[in-house]
Parts: sequence; C-alpha cells; structure tokens
Amino acid sequence: MLETTAVDWRERTQAVADGIRRRVFAHVLANDGGYLSQALSSAEIFAMLYTRILDLGPSTAPLTPRPFTGVPGPDNPDFFNGGAYNGPKTPHHDRLIFSPAHYALVLYTTLIEVGRLAEDGLDQFNKDGTTVEMIGAEHSPGIETTTGSLSQALSQAAGIALARRRRGDTGNVWVMMSDGEFQEGQIWEAIAEAAKFGLDNLRVVADVNGQQCDGCIVADHYVDPLVPRIESFGGTAVAVDGHDLDALDEAMSMDTGKPHFVLAITDPARGLPLFEERAPLYHYLRFTSPEERRRYEAAYEEMAR
Amino acid sequence: MIEVVNRPHVENFIAWAKDKPEVVVLTADLTNSSEVGKWRDTYPDRFFGMSMAEQNVMGFASGLAREGYVPYIHTFAVFIYRRPYDQLAMSIAYPNLPVKFVAFLPGITTPGGVTHQAIEDVAIMRATPNVTILETADATEVESVLDVAHAVPGPVYIRMLRGEVPRLFPKDEPMQLDTMRMLSDGDDVVVVTAGITTEEAMRASAPLAAAGVDVRHLHVSTHKPFTDPRLVDAIAGARHGVVTLENHSIIGGLGSAVAEVIAEAGLGSRLVRLGLRDTYAHGASRPHLMKEYGLDAEALVRGIEELTGRATGITDADLSAVRLEATHSLAKAEAL
Repeated sequence: MLETTAVDWRERTQAVADGIRRRVFAHVLANDGGYLSQALSSAEIFAMLYTRILDLGPSTAPLTPRPFTGVPGPDNPDFFNGGAYNGPKTPHHDRLIFSPAHYALVLYTTLIEVGRLAEDGLDQFNKDGTTVEMIGAEHSPGIETTTGSLSQALSQAAGIALARRRRGDTGNVWVMMSDGEFQEGQIWEAIAEAAKFGLDNLRVVADVNGQQCDGCIVADHYVDPLVPRIESFGGTAVAVDGHDLDALDEAMSMDTGKPHFVLAITDPARGLPLFEERAPLYHYLRFTSPEERRRYEAAYEEMAR
Repeated sequence: MIEVVNRPHVENFIAWAKDKPEVVVLTADLTNSSEVGKWRDTYPDRFFGMSMAEQNVMGFASGLAREGYVPYIHTFAVFIYRRPYDQLAMSIAYPNLPVKFVAFLPGITTPGGVTHQAIEDVAIMRATPNVTILETADATEVESVLDVAHAVPGPVYIRMLRGEVPRLFPKDEPMQLDTMRMLSDGDDVVVVTAGITTEEAMRASAPLAAAGVDVRHLHVSTHKPFTDPRLVDAIAGARHGVVTLENHSIIGGLGSAVAEVIAEAGLGSRLVRLGLRDTYAHGASRPHLMKEYGLDAEALVRGIEELTGRATGITDADLSAVRLEATHSLAKAEAL
C-alpha cells in the first residue's frame, strides 16, 4: 500500500477510476465503438490495484510503447515482455497477472492514469505494427502472460506463486479476472491445486459484472453463487460492492492463509446511465445511428464536466 | 544379441537431475506409469503431483518456467498434445518457455486402445511454432535425450519409451539434435525410420542385403528441426526412391517431413509412406498392432518391393529369425 493518508488514498483512487472511465469513453467515441462496459465496471478494481493494493516498483519500460518486434522465439532476441510496465521482478514486489485480455483497453488506460504509460500510447491502440493490441498479448503494456484464450492466467499465476514460494519471495501474485472465466474448467483445476499447495501468496480480484459476449451470464447458473463454490475448492472468497473503495480495500487486504478471491460485484453501466438501454448486451459498443452517437457524445460531455 | 534394458529412464533421470536444481517434475496422476515414482521419492521437494487436470498442469509449468525452473512434465503423450492443446500452445509454446514434455506411449506402443495411443502427435507438434520434437528408439536414446532436450532453450516434446527397451546403439553414441544415424549404406533404396520402427528396419537389413537390395537406412531422432543434409544426400543418390516407416499416422509425421524435403530439394524421388494409413487403432499387443497396421519389418520389405518392382523372396519367418546386434552409426556426426 502507498504511504498516503486515509482521506488521500480514496480521493486519489477515485480520481484514477474516474479518469479510466472518462478516457476509455473518449477513446470509444473517437473510434466509433469499442469495449466500454469493461471500463465502466472495473474502473475501481484497476484503480485499487494500481494505487492502493499492489506494491510495484517503477516501470522499466519506455513511456511510449515500442513497436512490434516479432513474436517470442529462438530467433528473436528483440522480444520484450509487457510486464516491465509493472516494475522489476524483485522478491518483495507484487506481480499482476492480467487474465481477461479483452480488458486491455482498461489496463492501458490505467497505466496512463498512474503515469506508467504516455497519454499518446493510446493513439497506437489497435493500429497495425504496434503492441497496444485490442486483445493484448505478452508484449503489450502491462501484460506479462498471453491470456486472450480466457481462463489460462490463474494456472500460470499459481505456477509463478509456487516458484516464488520456493524462492522465499515475500511479494504476492495478483490476478485480475473476469467472471465469465469461471465457466472454464481450468479455473477450478487451478483453484483446487493452488489450495493443495497452500499458495496463500496467490490473490485474485474478479470483475463480476454478470456480462459476457452473448449477454447476461448470471442467469446461466455457471458462476452463481461463486463464493461457496470457491471455498469448497479450497480457497477463500468474499463478495463486495466493486465500486465501494473501502469495501474493496478491506477485502483485498485480507490475509487468509489460502488462495484468496475478491469477487467485486459491479455495474456494467456504472457512471453512464444512458448505457443501460443496451442491457443485457454490453460486451462491445457499436453505434447504430448518428443520432445514438450524438446522445453518447452528450453523455460524455456530462461525464467530463 | 542386443541387450534389453529394463526401465532405463528410472535411474538415469535420477542421476542426471542430481546436480540440476532447476529441474522440477510435474505429473498428472500417472507418476509410476511415467517412471518417475522413484524420482519423486528421491527429490520430493522438486516433484509436484498435480492431479488429473492437464490444462492446469500446463499453466503451472508455464509459471514455473517463467520464474527460472525447467519443468519436465511426465505423462502419457495423448494427455499432453491432445487434451490440453490450447494451454500447451498459448501458455508454453507461444512464449517459448523451456518446458519439456516427456510423452509416453507414442503410437501403438500401448494396448490401452485409441484413447491412449498418440498417433498424430508429431503432426500436431510439428505445426506448433517454437516446439522441438525428439523421439527415442532405444535405451541409449532414452538416456541421452535429456541432455539434448535440456540444451534447447525452449519447449521440447519427447516421444519417450518405458519398460523394457532394447539397446540398439552403443552407449557412447548419444542422441544429437537434428542428426540422423546412418545404420546401413546402399544406393538402391533409402529407408527412413524413427522410434520403435528403427528396430524393425534393422531386422530387415540383413535379409534385404542377402536378397541383393542395397539399403541406406537413416534413423531419425529429431522430427523438428528437420534439416540434416544426410537425408538429401541419401535420397539424391538412391536408385529407386525412399520408404518411410513410422509409428504414427502417415499424415503430418515423418513421411510428410521427408516428402517436404524431397519436394523442396526438387529431387522428384518416389516415396512410399508406411505407418497408420489415416486410421485410428485399437487395444491390442504391440506386435499384433504392428502387423495389423503394417508397421513391422515385413511391411517394410513389402514397401521396398513396391518401390523397386521386384520381389525379394523374404518371408516373415526369415525376418523373425534375425538376431539383432547393437549397431554403430556408419556416419559419425563429426564426419559432416
């Protein structure tokens, strides 16, 4: 946690969260569509991670992202890892393993809001030849593992946590997840094994916005109720209001002696009531008419005021 | 008579890993079946029994490798390349992590039937970028494949043998990366084999020579990379063409790799591919399946007859009467 006073951290964290929503909204308007609901639901989660929870060293990557230099391989010494934006891999620092790669825009924006990425870094978003990809890979800013095929991050983070445990590292391994990922069996394999190996240095915060590509997922009974399911697999879990900074702070600061999951219950239209008319299809915003686009522009002016 | 070594991987892997603290072993419930039960008891702090959950095993191995460990995943081949392929590709192969897949029960080496027989693994791993593919044929290769795999700074898939394994090659001629062994010399036909089919071809060698067919037999232990110039040299000098014999589907494996070499070098040679002919197999003994699907010495002789258009007169009884001796490679690596 950062050395700030009790009042200060909330102001700072909320300012970062508000900045994430505003910047992503502006980007989506400028690009005539995009992943907006993910920012609206998870802004406080990312703000909490980067301003309050994670103990990260300074970024070791350039403020303006390097262009694409090829994929990892035996013949490519120029490959670089986007985890460098989260600081060096020192024993006492925390690590962030970013799971839902479709939230990449939110992560890039967070890095800008906390000063780890230049503002114009977002100009490269989804442009040919850059690493600021729409669905990021491990060369993208802030991304250490390649997790666009969802639900693969938790197992990898557990492996990292196991290695760090063996080395005696004191830092934690945090995973930022989305709720739809709990539908994949690999997540439950990972929870059971992480619990078996006693990996209490493994911490997860999930954006439980009840949304996925096809729409509402809560009704599908795959993920609800998550808390008892996670606990029956050997982890600990608490569900909190994902927009309440104090609630998030308490839940994310717990030391339970087990792999710990914070289920942040969020609103996919948080801060943009106009967006609710899209319910339940929030996954990707595409304007259906110039008139609709104008209404969103007006809403942005309101938000930015 | 050739020596038969009982479970060569068991003690060899223990001795080999002694001074390599970075080596860790992950299993997915098949610890003794993958011949690492004693390894677990010798190095309990480096062994992780991961339960029957292979997708998660790939992820744990990825994380450990990212932190400097070299995980050796031991399980059946089908549960490495088939069941958790997306995890293998995205969590390990794409980032080019040094994870070693020790894949048991290649092809029809098991009576376990279709679910346990890895018949298209070489094809799939060949198509997976960054992956090196090795295959063991005898005790010497089982013992020396670890050094080859460990020296590769990325993921390596090993078709591994267990149980009773013959020693076809002298102990002092270890496996070397992308280096074929020339087991017989001749300019009528080139025979290319890998894994358990090499022993079959060696069995056919003397009867073929007696029948007047000069065979240049190349043994392959590296499926990828596949750039050894011995192959082009041999094919360019062969009168009738090439026969491949593989414990695998004839699509995507050794036969396909040889076809690619022939075409790209513009050799225009005829090729007879022997192996599983685009079919699954079933549960039965290895000798039974090798005969049923045409993976044995007799199938090779018939393939050579097809290529040369000339009957050899060699019978199955002639082949079973052959007694094998360990064979020195005729072309030493340093000769090239």
